[in-house]
Amino acid sequence: MKFGVVIFPGSNCDEDAINVLQEYSNQPVEKLWHKDIHLKQCDFILLPGGFSYGDYLRSGAIACLSPIMQSVVEFAGKGGYVMGICNGFQILCEAGLLPGALLRNDHTRFLCSNVHLRCENSDLLITRNIDASKALKVPIAHGEGRYYADELTIKKLNENRQVVFRYCDENGKVTPEANPNGSLESIAGVCNEGRNVFGMMPHPERAASDLLYNFDGAALFESIIA
Amino acid sequence: MTEHVSQKQLATVEQAKQLGLREEEFEKIKEILGRLPNFTELSIYSVMWSEHCSYKNSIVWLKTLPRKGDKLLAEAGEENAGLIDIGNGLACAFKIESHNHPSALEPFQGAATGVGGINRDIFSMGARPIANLNSLRFGNINNERTRWLVKGVVKGIGDYGNSFGIPTVGGEVYFDDCYNINPLVNAMSVGIAKVGKTVSAIAEGVGNPVYIFGSSTGKDGIHGAAFASKDITEDSAKDLPSVQVGDPFWEKLILEASLELLDTDAVVGMQDMGAAGITCSTSEMSAKSGTGMKVWLDKVPMRQEGMKDWEILLSESQERMLVIVKKGQEKAVEKIFDKWDLTWAIIGEVTDTARVQYYMNNELVADIPGESLVLGGGAPVYHREYTEPKYFAEIAKFDQNTVADCNMTEAISIAKKLAANPNICSRKWVYNQYDSMVGTVNQTTNAPSDAAVVKVRNSDMSIAMSVDCNSRYVYANPEAGAAIAVCEAARNIVCAGGEPAGVTNCLNFGNPYNPEVYYTFVHAIKGMGKACTKLGTPVTGGNVSFYNQSSDDNAVFPTPTIGMVGLIGNNRKHMTLDFKQAGDVVYLIGEHQNDIASSQYLVNVHGVQQSPAPYFDLDKEYNVQQAVLNVIKKELIQSAHDTSEGGLFITLLESGMPRGLGVNIHVDTNSFRNDALLFGEAQSRVVVSVKSENVTAFENELKKSGTTFSKLGEVKGNHIAINGVDFGTVAEYANTFNNSLADLLEQ
Repeated sequence: MKFGVVIFPGSNCDEDAINVLQEYSNQPVEKLWHKDIHLKQCDFILLPGGFSYGDYLRSGAIACLSPIMQSVVEFAGKGGYVMGICNGFQILCEAGLLPGALLRNDHTRFLCSNVHLRCENSDLLITRNIDASKALKVPIAHGEGRYYADELTIKKLNENRQVVFRYCDENGKVTPEANPNGSLESIAGVCNEGRNVFGMMPHPERAASDLLYNFDGAALFESIIA
Repeated sequence: MTEHVSQKQLATVEQAKQLGLREEEFEKIKEILGRLPNFTELSIYSVMWSEHCSYKNSIVWLKTLPRKGDKLLAEAGEENAGLIDIGNGLACAFKIESHNHPSALEPFQGAATGVGGINRDIFSMGARPIANLNSLRFGNINNERTRWLVKGVVKGIGDYGNSFGIPTVGGEVYFDDCYNINPLVNAMSVGIAKVGKTVSAIAEGVGNPVYIFGSSTGKDGIHGAAFASKDITEDSAKDLPSVQVGDPFWEKLILEASLELLDTDAVVGMQDMGAAGITCSTSEMSAKSGTGMKVWLDKVPMRQEGMKDWEILLSESQERMLVIVKKGQEKAVEKIFDKWDLTWAIIGEVTDTARVQYYMNNELVADIPGESLVLGGGAPVYHREYTEPKYFAEIAKFDQNTVADCNMTEAISIAKKLAANPNICSRKWVYNQYDSMVGTVNQTTNAPSDAAVVKVRNSDMSIAMSVDCNSRYVYANPEAGAAIAVCEAARNIVCAGGEPAGVTNCLNFGNPYNPEVYYTFVHAIKGMGKACTKLGTPVTGGNVSFYNQSSDDNAVFPTPTIGMVGLIGNNRKHMTLDFKQAGDVVYLIGEHQNDIASSQYLVNVHGVQQSPAPYFDLDKEYNVQQAVLNVIKKELIQSAHDTSEGGLFITLLESGMPRGLGVNIHVDTNSFRNDALLFGEAQSRVVVSVKSENVTAFENELKKSGTTFSKLGEVKGNHIAINGVDFGTVAEYANTFNNSLADLLEQ
């Protein structure tokens, strides 16, 4: 599996993503520059967190128009694996590769904190090694992470098992108190119908190292390379 | 042919005064130039000789601070920030700076640009910022304006740092009436560079081109430096254009571009544009190299039309850099600017005239010897008078025997009150708005510690860092209080397992022309110097912020904020503050004291504002720190947490909360007041927990050290029990402790 990480101006979790992918895949990760159109034969494209182009308009609204994203959309259309974390998730929604949108947190503040996630579908490339019976402790860091979609879309997401993660308490219970931003149905991550495009607001790359005393995100990366 | 400087608008002494210069300073300018300055030149002197840029009222005393150390790669004042060798071929750059006055008027932008400015200081040296900290002080939390300021400042720091992408890993927040009008916003940045790959703010090589890159230049922030050097008055709202506007996206771009520039061989020198904008960067860089510079102001990319020459010179538009490039290598740097879509232009060249010469549309509008503008050159240096403050007499009168002690039942309700006190309770409402984890190097997110601990990639090192100052102690006794600030920062680093390595300071004081204010400044420097010498932590730089008071009110508490970094080497794990398991034995390293002076308890429960600084002995402090570090290195303890605001009780609570663990404590109190034992803030005390199998080895090490220590009890259950009195469960305190600040701010 050859990984590529897209770097937009304003991306700031790109190095974190590259480090963790290199560590888990034990091979170099390609850096994909926003002005380029070549995906360098990568098998898995990751859009990292950050504030692409400053995100002054609407998170991800400019980034989805960049040259590299035209190639990413084409790649995803052919079944290529694409994942967005945080700002990457916002960009994938803006690009139309994932359903729904990420709105301002219901409490209107940026929130950086460990939260717990329940894996809702462990048959996916990014979740197949995750023990769905356990809550994962993974941090979030966003001001616009409130997942929203219309009723019909939510219904379809549930029916197709496209909801990948929900916010929950440390015992795996999905409760209003454990929902950190007002996301509909506590949705923290989704995939497309084809199950090759994934997006999540929490940062698994921040929970996959003994240096940080948190391994709960490791299973996600182990799943991808398994 | 000699060029003649524009004589269109010759300056007057009245204008000089309006710009904040003194009459004798105007005379000195005439003497230096041998003629009357024009208005542009006067403007240049007014900002360069402002307190903010020239340190004219502080430098005499700053020079008395210990500034040497074998790990120092740059001494204070030599570079934009302090630089220490951390091994592995790496260096740590770090600095703290104030943005108090802008934050008082426009808290969001004021705080945001403070973060931007301090990070530019770090990366303009060639170091990549890896962590930010901040020290914030506000007035009474029950005032609506205070809450507005808190929310604005926190949002400003968050929005800027979160987007820029550097984790905010630590800090402090205090509330006191003395900051009602004038809050303090001090921002610190820590970065890592490769030794030998750093760059200086120099302008060498006659004929080398001078580039500006980053944002374009607008009218924002003009005379910001002069504004920072005045008292805050009702008219200050008219100074709003003096507040700069920040753009973290541009900051991120110029960070990446700046570091890429240094990977080429093309860069001679680099400096960011902060206070006094183009004026300061061009004159400081050329003065440092003994060269001169021609600058064509009309070439500067501008945000708006019709800007006057002096507006371009003094603009404090943010996110701009100045870089001197080797002639012939222009292509290499321009390629990088274009890669990052930055605005850039060649605006001048290095000369051998030792003069900074500014042109506007081919007219020479200012022609000044560079040296005459800068600190260490021609900028004025003053010895100010000082006299002992009158309020000291009130403090000296304090006798704690006139304060009723609490019985143990009363102590329970006092403990609950203190756990909710805004100076003691959790700062979660604040720090949750900061991205503390971006960069994936913050090691204290999941393993909390007295200091923030940040891993240095590609090395066996972590850096422990802390910002500290209990300004109430400094108010009570400037010399002892400032020494305590240094020691508390070091103690926090030691409790994290770090070896204190260096200090940066942010000296926030009132008007230096007030002899009583200046007394507190002088004595704080003395105390800081003594403590830094004792601990072997040289002062590597920082900044001075005077005029923190309102014209119709008293000065703020003297607040010499200490930023400190320490090293944890050889892949050692850092020490954490939380109790780990029931049965571990709890000890106090250091001595109980029968002392409640300047404690939050005394202030908040008894309403006593005037009392001496708490008990403090520098030699004992040093021994305690050495002893703690020793037992950490020998892996004999499970947790370490120092006592600070709220005393021993709050320390025990804070160690218990992360895992919901209680303690059972017994202390012989015959010779002590209950309140002193529980809530007193005597210094030099650290609570540690020890696995039962390590008790003998631990006690042996402590005995060898000669440091006083005593057994307090053991980790047990989920209640806090002290001398047989049940203070309740840790969880119920935790609920109050964690939510109090949000409740107070959202009231």
